[in-house]
Amino acid sequence: MKELSVNHLIGIKYIQKSDIDLIFETADHFKEVINRPIKKVPSLRDITIANVFFENSTRTKLSFELAQKRLSADVISFSAAQSSVKKGETLIDTVNNILSMKVDMVVMRHANPGAAHFLAQNVKASIINAGDGAHEHPTQALLDSYTIRESLGDVAGKKVVIVGDILHSRVALSNIFALQMQGAEVRVCGPKTLLPKHIESLGVKVESNLRKALEWADVANMLRVQNERLDVNYFPSTREYTQQYGVTKELLDSLDKEVVIMHPGPINRGVEITSDVADSKQSVILNQVENGVAVRMAVTYLLASKIK
Amino acid sequence: MSQKVLLTAKEVNIILHRLACQLIENHLDFSNTILIGLQPRGKFLAQRLATLLEEEYHIKKIQLGFLDITFFRDDFRRGEKPLEANITQIDFLVEDKKVVFIDDVLFTGRSINAALTAIQSFGRPSEVELLTLIDRRFSRHLPIQPDYRGRQVDAINNEKVIVKWKENEGEDLVLIETKN
Repeated sequence: MKELSVNHLIGIKYIQKSDIDLIFETADHFKEVINRPIKKVPSLRDITIANVFFENSTRTKLSFELAQKRLSADVISFSAAQSSVKKGETLIDTVNNILSMKVDMVVMRHANPGAAHFLAQNVKASIINAGDGAHEHPTQALLDSYTIRESLGDVAGKKVVIVGDILHSRVALSNIFALQMQGAEVRVCGPKTLLPKHIESLGVKVESNLRKALEWADVANMLRVQNERLDVNYFPSTREYTQQYGVTKELLDSLDKEVVIMHPGPINRGVEITSDVADSKQSVILNQVENGVAVRMAVTYLLASKIK
Repeated sequence: MSQKVLLTAKEVNIILHRLACQLIENHLDFSNTILIGLQPRGKFLAQRLATLLEEEYHIKKIQLGFLDITFFRDDFRRGEKPLEANITQIDFLVEDKKVVFIDDVLFTGRSINAALTAIQSFGRPSEVELLTLIDRRFSRHLPIQPDYRGRQVDAINNEKVIVKWKENEGEDLVLIETKN
């Protein structure tokens, strides 16, 4: 019998390869469940989960909520915009107030890196990090790897290029950790201004030419330019960014192989990826969304099984 | 720990033939019947019976599925060890079909209770029956009884019934193990 090595999912950095394997095996079962005529199992009927989102989210929040409901957990959701956080309440106070309503698990998104880790150390509940600043977004990396495994059979030995705004991206960091842990090779590609200094120290090669990066890769994970986080001008114009780092159908057709195209969403159509690429057969973007529910069910189920 | 043989390979074979005949008596050509092996251990018995019905009794196109009840169990987070899931493989709807659950040992009845809930995810069966190779009497926690039983045994709580299958363990054998 297997179980996770951790009680919280703070980041991929803090888990092991065996945890990823267990999450994927469990997600396989849940993927079968969510394709049944009735897509619900009663496992977590005595678990209450709070989704605490201090930052905007559509996909992740819906995906977590759906995963929790498919597992029959009771769910309360909370967005900072409508909460007492605006009145000056601290993070621990907010969460402890929620927990005194007998909540067993907290899924949190927060703008500050380390917020999930901080919470895990200070409150009595199982914590799932749904994104903390530019630090980690572990469930996104897990569902990305799960989708690669589904599309190409295995993650080990595959070549993955992450394209775009690596500097502000928690998805990039979690993906680098997850992919390397599973034996994939990772490169990053983007404007120098949007690549973190010393990114090579993570064992990641930098490729500044998109065509060369795609010629090398089996999978391209296209990241969004996070305009809301760009405090200064990192590149001259969106048009110039698109010319250098946008993936078009012509570019993909000119390669002598088929690269799997991924995108964590939301897509800026016409910026990092054109519409015909996003909607093409090579794109697994909607598979990522479907797998997101199965993977989040697996993570939630496995962490819940450790709550005593 | 001591072991006692309850059924030999020959006896298992005779019982399987009897159970197959009893199923035919109630389900005739099986056109409206679905056999569901309960994972993990009921799978072998279900496969064996399906093969027997097709090969020895010439019933065509037996519909066979496997149902895993892990996520429907009532002891999640109550045991020491985490529960491990198995594959569910039901490629058809059970709506208005006669479903026969097949498991190797009927003990507390809790697995069957979970299976009755789990099968509803695939539709509303017209009826559900239960076939079990070994029926442990006096150990039920719920009012659940088999419709077809291979052998009834009066095992007490510190005794364990072990069913071995040729496909998995190399021989057909049923043992009772007593912990000292």
